Amino acid sequence: MIRAYLTDPSPLATSELMQVSGAKMGRRLLAIAAVPLALGGCITVEAPTEPIVIELNVNIRQEVIYRLAEDAGNTIEENADIF
Amino acid sequence: MGEIMTRSIIRTALGAAAIATALGGIAAPAFAQRDPAYAAARAAGQVGEKMDGYLGIVGVETAELRRVVNDINIKRRAVYAERAQANNATLEEYALTAGCQAILATTPGEKYQAPDGTWQTRTSAAPLRDSRCP
Repeated sequence: MIRAYLTDPSPLATSELMQVSGAKMGRRLLAIAAVPLALGGCITVEAPTEPIVIELNVNIRQEVIYRLAEDAGNTIEENADIF
Repeated sequence: MGEIMTRSIIRTALGAAAIATALGGIAAPAFAQRDPAYAAARAAGQVGEKMDGYLGIVGVETAELRRVVNDINIKRRAVYAERAQANNATLEEYALTAGCQAILATTPGEKYQAPDGTWQTRTSAAPLRDSRCP
C-alpha cells in the first residue's frame, strides 16, 4: 500500500514569512476537512443483527419536565399505594 | 309509636352512613398503602423504578412478579393519562416526569434504573437520573 500525503507537511512556522501565510493554511485545512465528507458516500453500513431499542423519547424537552414536576410530585403523594 | 321508631332507626342509619362516607372520603387517600405483595417485592429489590415512570422487574421474572408489576403499571398509566390531559402534556412526558420524581423518592436499598439502563441500588446519596430531571 502506498501512503500518499494529500498535502506536503509544513515545516515549523519559524520565519516571519511562514507565519504570515496562516490564511493560506486555513484554506488548506478546510480542503482536508472536506475529504471525509466526500468519501462518506463510499462507506457501507451493515444492518445490526439485533433490533435497535429506543428506551426513552429523546424529544421530550427539559422545560416540559420542569413544568410538570410539581404536579407529578403531588400525583405520587396522592397515589402512594401504586408508587 | 312503631312508625316513629322505624323512622328514627332509618334516620340514625342514614346519618351513620353519611359520616362513614365522609370519613372514608377523607381518610382513604391519606391511608392508601402499597399492596403487601408489592411492598415485599419492592423491599426485596425484585422490582424497581424505571426511568419511564413505570415499575420494572429487576432479576428473574416470575408469574407473580409480572402480575404485581402489570397491576401497578396499568394503574399508573391511568393516573398519568388523566394528569397529562389536565396539564396539556403527552402521556410520555408526564410519565417521564413522574419517573424522575419516583426515582428521587426511592429509599436506600430500593432499586432504580440509571440513565445507562442498569439497575442501581439506592443509597443515601442522590440517585443517578436523566439529565433532564429537575
